[in-house]
Amino acid sequence: MYDRPKILPTGDRAIVVEFGDEISEECNARVLDLYNLLKNAKVDGIISMIPTYRSLLIKYDPLEIDFKKVSDFVETASNAKRGEYALKPKIIEIPVAYGGEFGPDLDFVAEYRKITPEEVIQIHVEPLYRIYMLGFTMGFAYLGGMSEKIATPRLETPREKIEAGSVGIAGSQTGIYPLDSPGGWRLIGKTPVRLYDPKRENPILLQAGNYIRFVRIEPDEFFSINEEVEKGTYQIKTYEYAGRQ
Amino acid sequence: MAAFRVLQPGLFTTIQDLGRYGYESQGVPTSGAMDEFAFRVANILLGNEENAPALEITMLGPTLEVLEDVAVAITGAQLPVEVNGKKRTVWTSFPLKKGDVLSLGAVSSGCRAYLAVNGGFKADVAMGSASTYTRGKLGGLEGRPLKKEDLLFRELGNKPARFYRVDERYVPTYKNVAEIGVILGPQDDYFDEENIRLFLNSTYAITKDSDRMGYRLEGPQIRAKQKHDIITDGIVPGVIQVPASGNPIIMLKDAQTTGGYAKIATCIWSDLPKLAQLKPGDKVKFIAISVEEAQKLLGDMENSIEQIKATLRGVRYFDVSVNGKHYDVVLESID
Repeated sequence: MYDRPKILPTGDRAIVVEFGDEISEECNARVLDLYNLLKNAKVDGIISMIPTYRSLLIKYDPLEIDFKKVSDFVETASNAKRGEYALKPKIIEIPVAYGGEFGPDLDFVAEYRKITPEEVIQIHVEPLYRIYMLGFTMGFAYLGGMSEKIATPRLETPREKIEAGSVGIAGSQTGIYPLDSPGGWRLIGKTPVRLYDPKRENPILLQAGNYIRFVRIEPDEFFSINEEVEKGTYQIKTYEYAGRQ
Repeated sequence: MAAFRVLQPGLFTTIQDLGRYGYESQGVPTSGAMDEFAFRVANILLGNEENAPALEITMLGPTLEVLEDVAVAITGAQLPVEVNGKKRTVWTSFPLKKGDVLSLGAVSSGCRAYLAVNGGFKADVAMGSASTYTRGKLGGLEGRPLKKEDLLFRELGNKPARFYRVDERYVPTYKNVAEIGVILGPQDDYFDEENIRLFLNSTYAITKDSDRMGYRLEGPQIRAKQKHDIITDGIVPGVIQVPASGNPIIMLKDAQTTGGYAKIATCIWSDLPKLAQLKPGDKVKFIAISVEEAQKLLGDMENSIEQIKATLRGVRYFDVSVNGKHYDVVLESID
């Protein structure tokens, strides 16, 4: 991490506040603290923000607040104590049916790592995954925390269509496809929960700073949850994050 | 009741407004009109809210059957406009009657035109915006471009009693080569002076591989000092990424919200309309300016919008028949 955050212009309507040049929880926490503080402070002229691994991009309206003012303000804010605006992270439970038609690459991952499919599942459901940021596509979360024991390279030839809800591994990353899309991740399971649902009040489920826990379900549970999701009666389980476990 | 039936959709016609803000943190691109200046003026000509949903037309315009009496305004790229075969001009609002056929041809200069209707087009509002984002199937008309037989509705039914033309002084002319102001950074330190000079002293061509998401450029390749990849971070429309190929890419309204390539510079907001009017084969040259200068230019753009409002010329349309012959008469106020 840098001693002092760098404030850099990104054009004439945005600045980016860089806290470091690394992927770490500590650096990402600084980004999210500032994001949360500014979101709660509702500063006139700040339009929207994009928190990422190590920086916060802030879009502003120069007709309301100019570059110097927004930079000064953000400089002060980025050094402020976390106080009442500190992020209160949530854990979101993502039920996943593993293997078979839900995760056609589970066996490959097991073979590649020379362990059993059952072990792959156990290793995958064990950690709490931190949501560092969203990006790449609508609702896609960059997760941290997957064990290297199940790291597997991407497919050589990407699939043309991967269904929304598919859970995959690419290198040392794991992720969930929020939309039907082409992709090269090794698919190990699938969740019936919708990461993007236009009918929901908050159409996108995941937010940077929260955590994900994958919970293993059986195929029949997948279908019953799926039915509830379709009817709009399914309650996504979330609880407070009590700190590092 | 619908206002139009789509007889021909044009090349790529979508409903847009001024963009979707507040969801970028969750990976949702802003989308919105590529040329906000022309878009806003189209709505101003009809007395609409400046953000009222309008059609963004790309290269080749649609043909619409008029199903109710409405008023429209067309701005942006120069393209032939006809109502039942009679010519109409762009940067003007005019009435349409039930049964008319409005047809827009291929652009002769510029790339994108805007067609606004009085009351605004009715659209799916997703996350606070009517803008179509085709890759995410969001907003507009089922999140897709118009197709044959679509029905287009209006959001509000108010009717302007007067029609206007934009004073010629404020009508932009679109050239095939545009000078675009840029602010260096945020990763200009990834490039040495020689490469930054090369970037600023060269002319780049817009390639065929260019759309609302971004323009891929062809020209002298830019090399980073060490690496082109950064830790993925935030993107705004106008940002210029330089991947390892050395060919710069200007990210635009439908660009993803984050990216992993070094960003050498960012186009200034007041020049995005000019950029939006470039088509494949057109050329662009970048001029580095300061943030302060850029923000002054942005203020100037707002002032010219105010000037346009203050200097709108009244236009009246008559269908006159003399000795059994019909004449289409357009009267304009002189002052």
